[in-house]
Amino acid sequence: MTDYVNYTTGAPAVDGKAPSGPVHERWDTRRFEAKLVNPANRRKHTIIVVGTGLAGGSAGATLAEQGYHVVQFCYQDSPRRAHSIAAQGGINAAKNYRNDGDSIHRLFYDTVKGGDFRARESNVHRLAQISIEIIDQCVAQGVPFAREYGGLLDTRSFGGVQVSRTFYARGQTGQQLLLGAYQALSRQIAAGNVEMHPRTEMLDLIVVDGRARGIVARDLITGKIDTYFADAVVLASGGYGNVFYLSTNAMNSNATAVWRAHRRGAHFANPCFTQIHPTCIPRTGDHQSKLTLMSESLRNDGRIWVPQAQGDTRPPNQIPEDERDYYLERIYPSFGNLVPRDIASRAAKNVCDEGRGVGPGGQGVYLDFADAIRRMGREAVEAKYGNLFDMYQRITDEDPYEVPMRIYPAVHYTMGGLWVDYDLQTTVPGLFAIGEANFSDHGANRLGASALMQGLADGYFVLPATINDYLARNPHQDPVTDEHPVVQEALAETEDRINLLLSVDGDRTPDSFHREVGELMWEFCGMARTDAGLRKALERIPQIREEFWRRIKVPGTGEEFNQSLEKANRVVDYLELAELMCLDALHRAESCGGHFREESQTPDGEAARRDDEFAYAAAWEFTGTGEAPVLHKEDLVFEYVHPTQRSYA
Amino acid sequence: MKLTLRVWRQKNAGAEGAMSTYEVDDISPDMSFLEMLDVLNEQLILSGEEPVAFDHDCREGICGACSLVINGDAHGPERTTTCQLHMRSFRDGDTIDIEPWRASAFPVIKDLVVDRSAFDRIIQAGGYITAPTGAAPEAHATPVPKADADFAFEHAECIGCGACVAACPNGAAMLFTSAKVNHLNVLPQGAPERETRVLDMVTQMDAEGFGGCTLTGECATACPKGIPLVSITSMNKEWLRATRKAGKR
Amino acid sequence: MARTLWDSSVGKKTVMAVSGMIMLLYLVAHVIGNLKIFFGAGEFNHYAHWLRTVGEPFMHYEWTLWLVRIVLVVAVVAHATSAYQLSRRDIRARPSKYVHKKPRASYATRTMRWGGIILGLFIVWHILDLTTGTVHSGGFQEGHPYQNVVDTFSTWYGNVIYIVAMLALGLHIRHGFWSAAQTLGVGSRTRDRALKTVADILALLLTAGFVAVPVGVMTGVVS
Repeated sequence: MTDYVNYTTGAPAVDGKAPSGPVHERWDTRRFEAKLVNPANRRKHTIIVVGTGLAGGSAGATLAEQGYHVVQFCYQDSPRRAHSIAAQGGINAAKNYRNDGDSIHRLFYDTVKGGDFRARESNVHRLAQISIEIIDQCVAQGVPFAREYGGLLDTRSFGGVQVSRTFYARGQTGQQLLLGAYQALSRQIAAGNVEMHPRTEMLDLIVVDGRARGIVARDLITGKIDTYFADAVVLASGGYGNVFYLSTNAMNSNATAVWRAHRRGAHFANPCFTQIHPTCIPRTGDHQSKLTLMSESLRNDGRIWVPQAQGDTRPPNQIPEDERDYYLERIYPSFGNLVPRDIASRAAKNVCDEGRGVGPGGQGVYLDFADAIRRMGREAVEAKYGNLFDMYQRITDEDPYEVPMRIYPAVHYTMGGLWVDYDLQTTVPGLFAIGEANFSDHGANRLGASALMQGLADGYFVLPATINDYLARNPHQDPVTDEHPVVQEALAETEDRINLLLSVDGDRTPDSFHREVGELMWEFCGMARTDAGLRKALERIPQIREEFWRRIKVPGTGEEFNQSLEKANRVVDYLELAELMCLDALHRAESCGGHFREESQTPDGEAARRDDEFAYAAAWEFTGTGEAPVLHKEDLVFEYVHPTQRSYA
Repeated sequence: MKLTLRVWRQKNAGAEGAMSTYEVDDISPDMSFLEMLDVLNEQLILSGEEPVAFDHDCREGICGACSLVINGDAHGPERTTTCQLHMRSFRDGDTIDIEPWRASAFPVIKDLVVDRSAFDRIIQAGGYITAPTGAAPEAHATPVPKADADFAFEHAECIGCGACVAACPNGAAMLFTSAKVNHLNVLPQGAPERETRVLDMVTQMDAEGFGGCTLTGECATACPKGIPLVSITSMNKEWLRATRKAGKR
Repeated sequence: MARTLWDSSVGKKTVMAVSGMIMLLYLVAHVIGNLKIFFGAGEFNHYAHWLRTVGEPFMHYEWTLWLVRIVLVVAVVAHATSAYQLSRRDIRARPSKYVHKKPRASYATRTMRWGGIILGLFIVWHILDLTTGTVHSGGFQEGHPYQNVVDTFSTWYGNVIYIVAMLALGLHIRHGFWSAAQTLGVGSRTRDRALKTVADILALLLTAGFVAVPVGVMTGVVS
């Protein structure tokens, strides 16, 4: 065991921007107290935005509309391809169009509770308030939300919430919202207010005199490493679920931007809070490159089961009723198949660990619609789930009307991220983090249809208001050039790393290392975590890192389009981030939301939160690769929603 | 499965390209087409060769990054994206030809990767509704008839992959452009910019060097999202209407 | 507006569609006139003479005919120029072909360009043969179109040229009519079937009507 686990605890993390007073007035108060930048002066300020997803796209467009000069980056060939596009379900908003008792306060309450009391009340309340404006904004942009015959917007209920507050565009809500933001951004690009750099990846943050002043980025086509300077830097680079190798994230989603910022001084909060979605299509073999989510609405009518006997390889239709174990219905008789995401995921893992999993490698459970088809008729099932069944059949080549579906949990979202204050500013002044890249609103577990809401709230409304305050307080920053020693150092470090990757010329591919660390994380820092397991992972990760630098093989050169190099460079950061995730999971000796510690459970095997010891956000400060970080605790205060223990039995 | 792959290899935009032949073995029919290419690339890296460059990201058929012409078909034999095409659509021993999108407006960057930024510039020319943040009226202030909302959605489904251009013998971007024009022009929110939008987008489309439409229908056949050929007709109508109105001013 | 039309690929297609429709209308009239040949030399020659006197006394002798000819020339030139320019653009837009080739699109779609060129050459020959008589096979007699037609179709090459051109015409109309409807924005999902049927019927009737004449000469029905 290395010294890494012997972290020290530093000064508490303090959110200096959150106003006091009644929770529903705090956002107004903050907006009033924030200093403004004169419209004529805005064009003198340059803001860098990294990422073009819901958060980055909407932020870039809005900041440019306000008059700032925006320089924006994405690794994709077009800003329209950011992974927000893959979100299926919908976006929550407290419009109360259904007159079903919804309100801002209820959305606030549901989100704090859903986050298992590990999120800030101020932030969550602001999110609920802004949710209303988001829908207005998106409709005005031409987002084709589902509508009823009267021409008004349709909503549905989602994720076990009792009100119908989720707006949707068939199963492609993320796509439609992202295209709305992309189009707004495109308008600003055409107007010359946004300088867009697609196929350009941020590789380092430039911090001068304690302030974020620019980035180092690599043009993925020419391989040219360049510097870009600004008065503020906004990271909207998404989550880090790809640490696990297999996840529902896009193949190229990565943690490099946030991790490089962390190395430059931005604290990383709650890295162990990852969401594992119970209904994904299981992997079919070692070749599997990513996982595909199936809407969890399937659990409304499907029954989940595995064979009672271990290693039962009979086809599902030949296993008689009394030899099946409908384990969710057995363990949670009142909620049955509709228990929350984390519980359903963990139960599936448990039965598979017992050797009762089904399908290739025993990593799957059945989701059976036979009863639903008998009860409702095939046509009704088809009307409700037809498109999902088609998608399943395309991927697996099995007909879910005839054979039960196989599902297995998969990493889906990361609640943790860069620590930010109420203004969404990180611990590095001038560096902001928005969307999935920050940690702020979802606590230890995110509710369905809330990711889109947060991304757009941050990008359209929160950041454009709060960044003014920072710029107004720092109106004249000295210009930075490539000659500055800090810039020279950042450039040299980036170039050295790339040259080193190219020069090792070992015998293992970047993918093989990514897969290895991913499997390790899935085993020890996945759905259920133990002290011993996490310690094992913490021992293994530095070894993999050492092996990586000895055996990595990256063909080609740095001065060209080189996808292996891109991949290898991202794996370098996964190998460090993984370590912090394990340490965070190890130190948080409680179970909450997506973080389940086997040592901390109730007598019936449910997650036991320990509010007395862990009602804080853990913000970690980087001290060096493989060196023990410093923990800064931000105490969470609950004035409006009082913590209770969840029970679903 | 054992397969023979003939893949377009091109070092960079300026270099000459050619088809190279590779063998891959132990391919599972459950693999996606891109996972099969992953296998090839792991093999190539270990043997000291450069892996085949290809665009891909979400691998669930929605981001529009993947872009291969497989045996002469954009996205291969099934009506889906390459990332959602599975090897069970092929047979053991098959020879598969893999080429990049071909159009002068989509120059090759490397191997199977092309530059589709022309699409972004078409959107920048007018594929948006001017609605600055904060200025939006209450969402229910303007009801939209369900039929119009559905029509808008159907066209908004376009993922901007470029298969329509790749499949078109003229390298035309009419289906892509019409999808966005129709999405926004049918909505009441899009009405104020209805004429300038279609005129500017078509002008940009021409300026990018895309070909014209001869209504072969290849685009709609290749479209993984099922944007219909009649979208082009609707855009033509919008364009003529806008031209007439502009003429009167 | 004319500038907008001519500068845009969509506008040029509109020019092609409108000029094509004008020519199509002309062809419908033309085929009806042609069929009069089956009612004897008198009726056919009388019809030909009438073409020159249409509109009298308001119009002078042959004025109407010349008006029609001018409109047709403008239509042909506009159609051909647009087609040429659009084809150039299309070929430039797709300079390299796929290594893996597959048959694509319908026969009529693929033959629009070649068919158009064949028809252009045919029109030249047709005018030189039966309007001016420059390349006529027999002794061309002004004012005796019946005999001139019989002479033309008494040669093997006259029949071959004419029938090949008329088959090309059928294919051209089949895709062209439907295509023009799309370009002019009158197509729709519900109307598509009807448009395609009308295109097929028009193509069939016009081809059959025109080909009937040489067949009539060859079989001796017309002599």
